[in-house]
Amino acid sequence: MLTKRIIACLDVDAGRVVKGTQFLNLRDAGDPAELAAAHSCAGADEIVLLDITATHEKRNTLLETVRRTAHELFVPFTVGGGVRTLNDASAIFDAGADKISINSAAIADPSLITCIAERFGSQAVIVAIDAKRNLSTFEAFVSGGRVSTGRDAAQWAKEAEDRGAGEILLTSMDRDGTGKGFDCELTRVIAKAVRIPVIASGGAGGAEHFVEVFRAGSADAALAASIFHFGLSSIEQLKLRLYAAGIPVRLSC
Amino acid sequence: MTIAIIDYKAGNLTSVKKAFDHLRADTLVTEDPREVGKADKIVLPGVGHFAATRTLENSGIREAVVDSIERGIPFLGICVGMQWMLASSEEAPDVHGLALWPGECSRFPSGVKSPHVGWNSLQIRENSSRLLRGVASESYVYFTHSYRVPLLKATAAECEYGGGFSAAVEQDNLFGVQFHPEKSGALGLKILENFCSL
Repeated sequence: MLTKRIIACLDVDAGRVVKGTQFLNLRDAGDPAELAAAHSCAGADEIVLLDITATHEKRNTLLETVRRTAHELFVPFTVGGGVRTLNDASAIFDAGADKISINSAAIADPSLITCIAERFGSQAVIVAIDAKRNLSTFEAFVSGGRVSTGRDAAQWAKEAEDRGAGEILLTSMDRDGTGKGFDCELTRVIAKAVRIPVIASGGAGGAEHFVEVFRAGSADAALAASIFHFGLSSIEQLKLRLYAAGIPVRLSC
Repeated sequence: MTIAIIDYKAGNLTSVKKAFDHLRADTLVTEDPREVGKADKIVLPGVGHFAATRTLENSGIREAVVDSIERGIPFLGICVGMQWMLASSEEAPDVHGLALWPGECSRFPSGVKSPHVGWNSLQIRENSSRLLRGVASESYVYFTHSYRVPLLKATAAECEYGGGFSAAVEQDNLFGVQFHPEKSGALGLKILENFCSL
C-alpha cells in the first residue's frame, strides 16, 4: 500500500541549518549533511533543503551544501529556494538533488515549469505554493508570503500540473509557525483541484495534526521543519503514532 | 569488474552513480556503445519520458546492449530503463523498446493520482529472485512514475496501485526494477549490492 510520506525540511542559510532542529547526539546541529543523514536514519521518507537566503553571491555555497548533503543520502532529496532558470536547476541536479522546488520564479514565468520538466521529467519538479486565506478562497503569495499574486491558489495549482509539475508543496501562510495544525481545508481544496500529489506544510504542532491532514486534508505527504520541537523525540515516534491511528506509513527498516 | 551506467541524457544519473560508489563498485558512466559493449554489467537508469530512450536507438547503444545481453552480461533497467525492456509504452507509442517480454507499459487509471510517488510495498512473487535476495515481502521502496509495466511471467515482485503492476522483473541475466533502489534507503542499497555480487 502506498504510504503517506513524512518529509523533513532543513532551512539553510549560507550552508548552515538555521532553525527547527534540536537533534541529540550530533556533533554539529547546524550542519545540513549531518542532519539530513540523521533524519533519514530516523525514518524521514524524504529530505527537503530550502535555501532561505538564495542571494547570488551565496549560490556556490548552496551547491557545495547540496553536494555534501546528497553524498551519503539514499532517500529522495529536494532542493528549493532561488531557482530562477533551467541552468539553476541543472546545477542543483548535477550537485545530487532528485527534485527541485520552484515558487516565485514559476509564478513570474510559468513556462519554466515545462522547461525543467521536459529536461528532467515531471517527477523532478515540485511547484511550491504559499497560500493565504481570503474569505472563502485561498490566494497564492510569493517572496516568502510578502507579495500577493492575486491568483487563486487552486487555479494556480491546476495550471502548474498542466504545465508539467509532478507535485505541489503547499504551505499555509496563516498556519506557518503557529503550531496550531495544518490548514486541512486549504489542503483538501488543492488536493481536489489536482491529480498530482500534494505535500502539506505549515502549522504542525503534534502527531494529531499529521493524522488530521492525512484524513481530513487528503494530503499525500506532510512536511515539517521543526519536527523535533513537537514533544516527539523522533520521526520514528511520529510514525508509530500515525500507524496506531491507522494511517499507512513506512516504518523504519 | 566494470559496471557501465548508460548516460542517455534522460534526467540525471548522479544518484545511481553515487549509490554504486557507496558500495565501492567500479562504475563507468558512458554514452559510448563500445564502452557499454566492454562492460561486465550494464545498468540503464532512467527517469523522465519513454521517448528519451530514442537516443539509445540512434547512438548504437541499443545494438551494444542486445549483443551484451545475448552474451549473458547482467543487465539492470531502472524505472524507464525497465520499461524499455518491454516492446513499447503508451507514453511514446512510436518508440521501440527491447521487447524482451510481451506487453506494453500503460498509464495509471484515472481513479488514482498520477504520478505514483512515494514508498509502496513489494509483494515478492519469486522467492528465488537473485536481485531481491534478502528482501522481505511487504518491504517499502520508493517509486515515482506515471506509466507501469504489466504483470508478466518474469515478474519477481509486484506492487499495488490502481491495480497490480510489475515492481521487479527477473529472468536469467535480465533484471528490471520500477522503483528507485538508489533512493530506497538501506534496502535499496542491498538490492544494488545483490546486482553487484551476481
